[in-house]
Amino acid sequence: MYAQMVKSTGQGVTPRDEMTPEERAFQDRIDRGDKIEPKDWMPEGYRQTLIRQIGQHAHSEIVGQLPEGNWITRAPTLERKAILLAKVQDEAGHGLYLYCAAETLGVSRDELTEMLLDGRMKYSSIFNYPTLNWADIGAVGWLVDGAAIMNQVPLQRTSYGPYARAMVRICKEESFHQRQGYDAIRKMAEGTPEQRRMAQDALNRFWYPSLMMFGPSDKESIHSAQSMAWKIKINTNDELRQKFVDQTVPQAEYLGLTVPDPDLKWNEDRGQFDFSEPDWSEFFEVIKGNGPCNTDRMAARNKAWDDGKWVREGLLAHGEKKRTRAKARQVAAE
Amino acid sequence: MAETDAFMQFLLRMGDNTLILGHRVSEWCGHAPVLEEDIALANTALDLIGQTQMWLGLAAEVQGEGRTADDLAFRRDVWDFRNVLLVEMPNGDFGQTLMRQFLFDAWHSILLNRLQSSTDTRVAAIAEKALKEVTYHLERSGDTVIGLGDGTEESHQRMQAALDYLWPYVGEMFASDAVDVAMVDTGIAPDPASLHSAYDQLTGRILSEATLTVPDTSFAHKGGRDGRMHTEHLGHLLTQMQWLPRAYPDAVW
Repeated sequence: MYAQMVKSTGQGVTPRDEMTPEERAFQDRIDRGDKIEPKDWMPEGYRQTLIRQIGQHAHSEIVGQLPEGNWITRAPTLERKAILLAKVQDEAGHGLYLYCAAETLGVSRDELTEMLLDGRMKYSSIFNYPTLNWADIGAVGWLVDGAAIMNQVPLQRTSYGPYARAMVRICKEESFHQRQGYDAIRKMAEGTPEQRRMAQDALNRFWYPSLMMFGPSDKESIHSAQSMAWKIKINTNDELRQKFVDQTVPQAEYLGLTVPDPDLKWNEDRGQFDFSEPDWSEFFEVIKGNGPCNTDRMAARNKAWDDGKWVREGLLAHGEKKRTRAKARQVAAE
Repeated sequence: MAETDAFMQFLLRMGDNTLILGHRVSEWCGHAPVLEEDIALANTALDLIGQTQMWLGLAAEVQGEGRTADDLAFRRDVWDFRNVLLVEMPNGDFGQTLMRQFLFDAWHSILLNRLQSSTDTRVAAIAEKALKEVTYHLERSGDTVIGLGDGTEESHQRMQAALDYLWPYVGEMFASDAVDVAMVDTGIAPDPASLHSAYDQLTGRILSEATLTVPDTSFAHKGGRDGRMHTEHLGHLLTQMQWLPRAYPDAVW
């Protein structure tokens, strides 16, 4: 899940009899499973919540290039380098579709970028953790993309048409990413003692941050209740986290790796694993900017944007010159 | 020079060019001026690494010592690399990266076009596949050079500086030696000198549209394609690229 703790209206769900006729008609469409399209009427809260959620998701794709890009120049084989390049290129592409989906709600990509760069908008906490050994690249695909898919598969059914359609395409690519990640970490887990050590180290460091990706429990959250009523959030954070753990633990066992949770055990009665919650105080510190990589990630994005200013201005100026010349030619021809 | 040795050298030249340039371009990942450029740079790097797999794969096969493309990429030292100096030059700013790309793409596309009629069918097949990708690389790098050359005052100055810096590395692409003579004799590859006029025409047209001035010098730094003397930059690039397989030589990745 690349969107965490997205704030909605903060008012809670409006009871049906207090809705305006427009709001009631809108909610009926959502309840029937209709898709809402850009030109349709929508409550301002719905629009703003979606902008926050899609924007945060898009920013996560963009910042997410950095921890993986960290290993592209050190990938150990040509094939691994090619796979990683293809994956990072896909992530940037996801960022692009998501910014386009957000633009249909009346916010420009440049505005969203500015909000990321000055810290008004967030990206997923997971990308503030470092990638320290090659097995981390496997772990990112396996765990981070695995956790993202848990949330994104249901979002293919989200009520906002452009978002749902972007998600269909993204999910296809993410499941390829997850498979390649698992394949990469499997090679490590089955490899030399040093490679095994790298794989276990990667799991140790990425396990709890992956569980944090779903966000804190939102059973009581008025924001989540509203988002679920609008079908821009389909499951609670706890449901998705449980599903992720249930799917991932057997995969770790297959790899012969140990999930770093001494209290992890199968619960026969529930038919699910019992597991330890991540340290939520660490999560809130990361969200506040105190994760291991927050400062560097934002510095890298700001530098890319600032260093690129002359390029964007140059290309715009050239486009303008071309238009002026074409117009002059047209005038001359007439 | 024995024919197999010459063929091997030729293949290393092709594969090392794409490997080193692909690596350089991949250093941009996540740091480009705009999202579309991040995607395009990753795509270019990916194509070049794919071409490397084909060229070095064939080089390993021709060598016949049971090595793989990965062995050639990750287990040779600087003096055994056969890429032209141009591709190992640092990225610099975005303008320098795209100027380097353009100067290489123009040569690469003309050469690949000729290699499609190589007497070696494997070479012809790789060239045919690579040319499709490189035609797009050239279109994009050429358009960007024009856009930035004929953009703002600042972008123009930066592109002129990039051209001035890189131009002395262009001549090496047209140098000939015993390897090239053997390739011409067997009909595997054309004489590099024979690509020069088409190159001058193509780059002249684009650079003039970009309002840039080709430096008035024919001086050429050489030493990459024969491995006699690379730049200091290549060693650092290999240190990063080769570190993992060299640090853990028994590992399979």
